[in-house]
Amino acid sequence: MALKGNLRDFSTTQLLNLINLARKTGTLSIQTESESAQMSFREGKLIYAYMGNDNGKNHLAQILQTSGKLSPEQAQVIQSHAEGKSDKEIGHLLVTARRVTQNDIIQSVRQNVLDTVYKLFTWGEGVFRFDANRMPNSGYITIPIDLESVIMEGSRRLKEWEILQEELPDLDVALRFTDRPDARLRNINLTVEEWRVVSFVNPRNSIRQIAKANNLSDFEIRRIVYGMLQAGLVEFVNQPKPAPEKTESPARRKAPPEPSPAAKRSVVVRLIDRIRGL
Amino acid sequence: MQAVKMVITGPFSAGKTQFIGSVSEIDVVSTERKISSMAEQVKESTTVAMDFGRITVGDDLVLYLFGTPGQRRFDFMWDILSQGMLGFVVMVDSTKPETFREAKRILETFESYASTPYVVAANKQDMEDAWEPEDLRIILRLKPEVKILPCVATDKESVKNALLELLYSILDQLDQENGDKS
Ligand SMILES: Nc1nc2c(ncn2[C@@H]2O[C@H](COP(=O)(O)OP(=O)(O)OP(=O)(O)O)[C@@H](O)[C@H]2O)c(=O)[nH]1
Ligand SMILES: [Mg+2]
Repeated sequence: MALKGNLRDFSTTQLLNLINLARKTGTLSIQTESESAQMSFREGKLIYAYMGNDNGKNHLAQILQTSGKLSPEQAQVIQSHAEGKSDKEIGHLLVTARRVTQNDIIQSVRQNVLDTVYKLFTWGEGVFRFDANRMPNSGYITIPIDLESVIMEGSRRLKEWEILQEELPDLDVALRFTDRPDARLRNINLTVEEWRVVSFVNPRNSIRQIAKANNLSDFEIRRIVYGMLQAGLVEFVNQPKPAPEKTESPARRKAPPEPSPAAKRSVVVRLIDRIRGL
Repeated sequence: MQAVKMVITGPFSAGKTQFIGSVSEIDVVSTERKISSMAEQVKESTTVAMDFGRITVGDDLVLYLFGTPGQRRFDFMWDILSQGMLGFVVMVDSTKPETFREAKRILETFESYASTPYVVAANKQDMEDAWEPEDLRIILRLKPEVKILPCVATDKESVKNALLELLYSILDQLDQENGDKS
């Protein structure tokens, strides 16, 4: 089924949050007027990303050149011999020939994927669609990357005050960790400021209090909390908001007393019977 | 004569009027207006105060379905409509991601009015662009005990199912409260 829309209405951060929590497998394509990109996921982990229209050809030589592991000349020579070979085959040849190490390849491919995805966080507009089960060309080198850290980094790049304001209108709510915070936190690179916020997360502290204690502006605290929410590290503590002040309206005063639970139950059972028979 | 009520809420054009119309025994008493603003010109008319449907259960019991207006500028009606409700349905147009944030806000507002159970209807599941109910569960950050139901408001059986699931949740809550007391 479809997962389609425009980044204007549903942002990259929200998409990654959904893919992460739903442990989705497939490829997300984004198309703007001038650019396009694809990201692939396996069980909620990012495994591949590509800027431009993926033509299925190899691009390892280019990636290694960008990361400085190959000189432009070396990359060109390799590319001229690589026609029809997959990235995996090229990687294998390069490692066997001791041109680069396996670790060089992994780090370079990983960085390339991350650079691509971080660029996407700055796209405010673009049509997206997610194709479940469509996977990148099997010749590509894919490396599973946890989306939690990607989301945190993406939210650090957020500049739009309005989005944060809409996502987090109320600073007087408290936060708590979702399950297994230790395991999750260990895998994420947090800044010093973010760690300070983490250390204050507690159902007794409102977001506003955490900001005050750490001398963070509304914008800064919103951005950090937004990142942690989208990364699934924390959640709001559901404390029912105090109901809006209700004036004793005449209608209200006349309202009959609450029926007994047994009476209420029998009403509900009758409603069920009636609606079943509709 | 005892009257009970359920509220059908959700963003603009989610399908609230349609939902009530599919099960109501009277023509929906609607306060629809032709739409003037261009931005909202996706359909001819919109609900401005409320919709009103009825299901008679017996000589002594009747169920009223109230639909809220979807547009923000009529939200002063929400509080009034929600008073004394048995439960509520939050309708979402599953094909319109631009309305999901608004749906969440409406859901939270109604939650704050009353602790009555509610269900979320992922409406328009007959359309190709519909997002999956389980994806909507994540996006709306629903609590695990809140049901999200695939819905096609034009289909009576689908609407019956949503109302029944809401009633089962209400029954569960009543039984739980009783269990706590004994
Ligand atoms: N395909 C499809 N269309 C639907 C469904 N439910 C409602 N619609 C259509 O969606 C449009 C909006 O439905 P309404 O019932 O007017 O929505 P509403 O929530 O009452 O809208 P407002 O009162 O303006 O907020 C109408 O054209 C309906 O016919 C559905 O399940 N499937
Ligand atoms: Mg309506």
